[in-house]
Amino acid sequence: MRTLYFLLEKEFRQIMRNKGIVRMLIIAPVIQLILLPLAADYSVKNISIAVVDNDHSTASQRLIGKITSSGYFKLTGYTGSYAKALSLVEQEKADLALQIPAHFERDLVRENSQKLYVAINAIEGTKANLGGAYLSNIITDFNEDLRVDWHTTGTLTGSDAPQITVAASNWYNPYMDFHLYIVPAILVTLVTTLAAMQTAFNIVQEKESGTIEQINVTPLKKHIFIIGKLIPFLVLGIILFTMGLFVGWLFYGIVPVGSLWVLYISLIDYLFAMLGLGLLLATYSATQMQAMSLSFFFINIFNMMSGAFTAVDSMPDWARAIVQTFPPSHFIRIMRMVVLKGSGLGDIVYDLGAMALIGLVLNGWAILNYRKTA
Amino acid sequence: MPSSIPPPVITTDKLTKRFGHFVAASELTFQVDKGEIFGFLGANGAGKTTAMRMLCGLLKPSSGKATIAGFDVYTQTEKIKRSIGYMSQKFSLYDNLTVAENIRFYGGIYGMSIAEIRAKTAELLQELQLEKEAKTLVSDLPLGWKQKLAFSVSIVHNPDIVFLDEPTGGVDPVTRRQFWDLIYHAADRGVTIFVTTHYMDEAEYCNRVSIMVDGIIAALDSPTRLKQQFGLDNMEDVFYELARNAKRKAD
Amino acid sequence: MRQLITFIRKEFLHVFRDRKTLLMLFGLPIAQIVLFGFALSNEIKNSRIAITDYSKDAVTEQLISKIASSNYFDIQRTVQSATQLEAAFKKGDIRMAVIFPANFANDLVHTGKATIQVIADASDPNLATTITNYITRLVNDFNTQTALTAGKPLQILPEMQFLYNPELRGAPNFVPGVMALVLMLVCTMMTSVAIVKEKELGTMEILLVSPFKPIYIIISKLTPNLLISVVNLFIILILSSVFLDLHVKGSILLLTFDSILFILTSLSIGLLLSINAKTQQGAMMGSMMGMMLPTMLLTGFLFPIENMPVPLQVLANLVPSRWYFIIVKKVMLKGLGIAAVWKETLILTGMCLFLFTISLRRFKIRL
Repeated sequence: MRTLYFLLEKEFRQIMRNKGIVRMLIIAPVIQLILLPLAADYSVKNISIAVVDNDHSTASQRLIGKITSSGYFKLTGYTGSYAKALSLVEQEKADLALQIPAHFERDLVRENSQKLYVAINAIEGTKANLGGAYLSNIITDFNEDLRVDWHTTGTLTGSDAPQITVAASNWYNPYMDFHLYIVPAILVTLVTTLAAMQTAFNIVQEKESGTIEQINVTPLKKHIFIIGKLIPFLVLGIILFTMGLFVGWLFYGIVPVGSLWVLYISLIDYLFAMLGLGLLLATYSATQMQAMSLSFFFINIFNMMSGAFTAVDSMPDWARAIVQTFPPSHFIRIMRMVVLKGSGLGDIVYDLGAMALIGLVLNGWAILNYRKTA
Repeated sequence: MPSSIPPPVITTDKLTKRFGHFVAASELTFQVDKGEIFGFLGANGAGKTTAMRMLCGLLKPSSGKATIAGFDVYTQTEKIKRSIGYMSQKFSLYDNLTVAENIRFYGGIYGMSIAEIRAKTAELLQELQLEKEAKTLVSDLPLGWKQKLAFSVSIVHNPDIVFLDEPTGGVDPVTRRQFWDLIYHAADRGVTIFVTTHYMDEAEYCNRVSIMVDGIIAALDSPTRLKQQFGLDNMEDVFYELARNAKRKAD
Repeated sequence: MRQLITFIRKEFLHVFRDRKTLLMLFGLPIAQIVLFGFALSNEIKNSRIAITDYSKDAVTEQLISKIASSNYFDIQRTVQSATQLEAAFKKGDIRMAVIFPANFANDLVHTGKATIQVIADASDPNLATTITNYITRLVNDFNTQTALTAGKPLQILPEMQFLYNPELRGAPNFVPGVMALVLMLVCTMMTSVAIVKEKELGTMEILLVSPFKPIYIIISKLTPNLLISVVNLFIILILSSVFLDLHVKGSILLLTFDSILFILTSLSIGLLLSINAKTQQGAMMGSMMGMMLPTMLLTGFLFPIENMPVPLQVLANLVPSRWYFIIVKKVMLKGLGIAAVWKETLILTGMCLFLFTISLRRFKIRL
């Protein structure tokens, strides 16, 4: 145990002396935490629409007015030909193109039904879906408005054709503040990078400089050496996390609904797993370049697939299964549940357990590797 | 009747290391006595480093026997590590720690108490005349001082044997001389020195010298007797004579 | 000229000898693109919801079966009380609850109007909005169907056509996005760390005191990464075509040209980073901690740039991958030509020249 004390003393001394670390661990994350959540906004607003009105009737004008005053759409094109409107979509100047055919109003009355043509740029799925949904809802509303105005409701609607409406309410984030969603995710991403990458780098640096050989000759037990590497980064991870919570409170007014204890317990569980990953990657790297490549590989996958910025639920089953093996996906879930909904320990048992299990596997594997290299 | 000569601190019997088909070190058999300064010479690629790493417990031998300080190299590596010191080619001091902090760290790793460490630190600093540099970062020290410090750190825990892997690379002859003074002092105190080197004049400082060529020990004796044996008047020529026909030329 | 070739050859040997890093250099982009292409999508499906039917009549039954058969929803269970609902939300078991009140059928018959209550877990606002919209649309569809069968007059029937990506797959958005992200990050990181490594080893000094022009040194350092990245690009395009059914609709030549431009820009950023970093660790941390998240969030494939506050939009405009992303979408997915991407190409060219010149100048002075 005393050897552990000396080991930790050395590690912390070295960390304090490393000027770059202060910059990278404190300044860069804080700046990113402050600025980047501003970028993350999925809410679909200002969908640009190009309208082709071949009818020029009161009805068509009314529809267009309804669309533009809905707050969802902004009219970026008003042309006479559908081809022109489509080219606007092509050039990314419009997300949707709506064509109101000639004699729309007249034929609607005469034939009792009329079609409208909508083309949507579907490269970006959410925008396409929501854009289509909003437009479709507006058209439905407009349809009802027409029926009411043209006095056709009395005869056929009522008991024959009931109208069901949806009353929606939002819990836990009534103002639909995206920051509440994103800030925890960004914080987790930052902590992840620190935990996995810095640890791997630190150990490989000792390999490259030869000090690890010196340690190998001493009677210092391997597992003590590993613990000596884990603890400093555990502490750094906790510091970074705390700073993140503070920034989240200061700049975004985010106050965790749940208990801070639960958060910190989850954090330590999480760090245990991620540090294990860093350790493991270090055993497979002979140079810092390799350590960097390996950690970048995993960290990028984590960032993209753990549900920080994309939805895990939408993934195919096999992908979702893989994602369960990523510690970040569990921690992000925990963060959002505890911070926004006040979930307690009992609610997050699955995620805590998953991280602990993964942590055991990774750390165990790493220790085995260290033992092998004499 | 019982011999008052202490047992040899290093014994090897047909010690061999194979990497696949490649035999790095073959059937090394020799003994090193307590307090001896034993020079381990050889060209690059001859197998010196491999041999040394096996003796330190850093590499498991493929076959053969060896004991270090009386402990078996296969089964008692922990005890071996407590009894030896090691100084590698890269000096293995922490650049971003001070002189005193390095001594403190290694002392602590070897289980010395804080009081012992403090005493030892004072002693070392005085011996090396580094008292004023106690709080200097190792990276700011000149090369020669780094080497002397690394040597002292390697024996901070009073080991029975210390292994030095090419310790004097890159410094001027005066510094090298000073370094060897340190080695002599340690040897006088009973520490056995096992040193590899390229400098043939340093070979002259050793009690005995072995020369490895192509993985085997081609010669082992005191410098004087080796020179007699080959009818040459310096170790450099002896070495050249033995090594020039070597097939393995690089590490 | 011959000097340059010697340098380049040496750099190639460096890179190719390091098997592990090589594996990463090729394997990483490929693995990620295939993985993300298949796994990622912004579409929201299979959302777990709870349905509680207090009315239990023919209409609710129809609606429920309509919900059940939609692949947007995955009906998990029912909740009997607000406490149960809260517990289910807190456990993360469901995302939304749909509740048919007891007098649903009654209201429908007597007043012709009835309301369904929908409670969404807005801790994920995007999800909440989307699935609320889905439900609304589903109900609207139901209304329209009923109206049609009841012969309701004045039916306006919108016909929607999804362009470029009719199945709303994630790949068309994510593959170009990840291409931009990965090419940029890998080029930046590899270059910066490689150069700093030479600084650390001291071999850089040797090069600089030699009579060789610094620009030769720089070119030789950048060339292996440039070539590897171009090879990566082609492998990615081939894999996307074969596995993800994503083909290059436009001119491959144009795409290659713009890609090389982008790669050069990223390499120049790496160069710039390497000048200021003293240790490999510093270079790595600079690129990772400093560039990864901003690049990911400001390229425009995760979040639309138009939604961002103006200062961030300006910041995004400084990120080369943002422009490259647009180019790839236009050329690869829409099949457009130089006329459509001249603006973005010009911007990339400008960035590239600017960064390269600056790093060249500072390279000479600093080291």
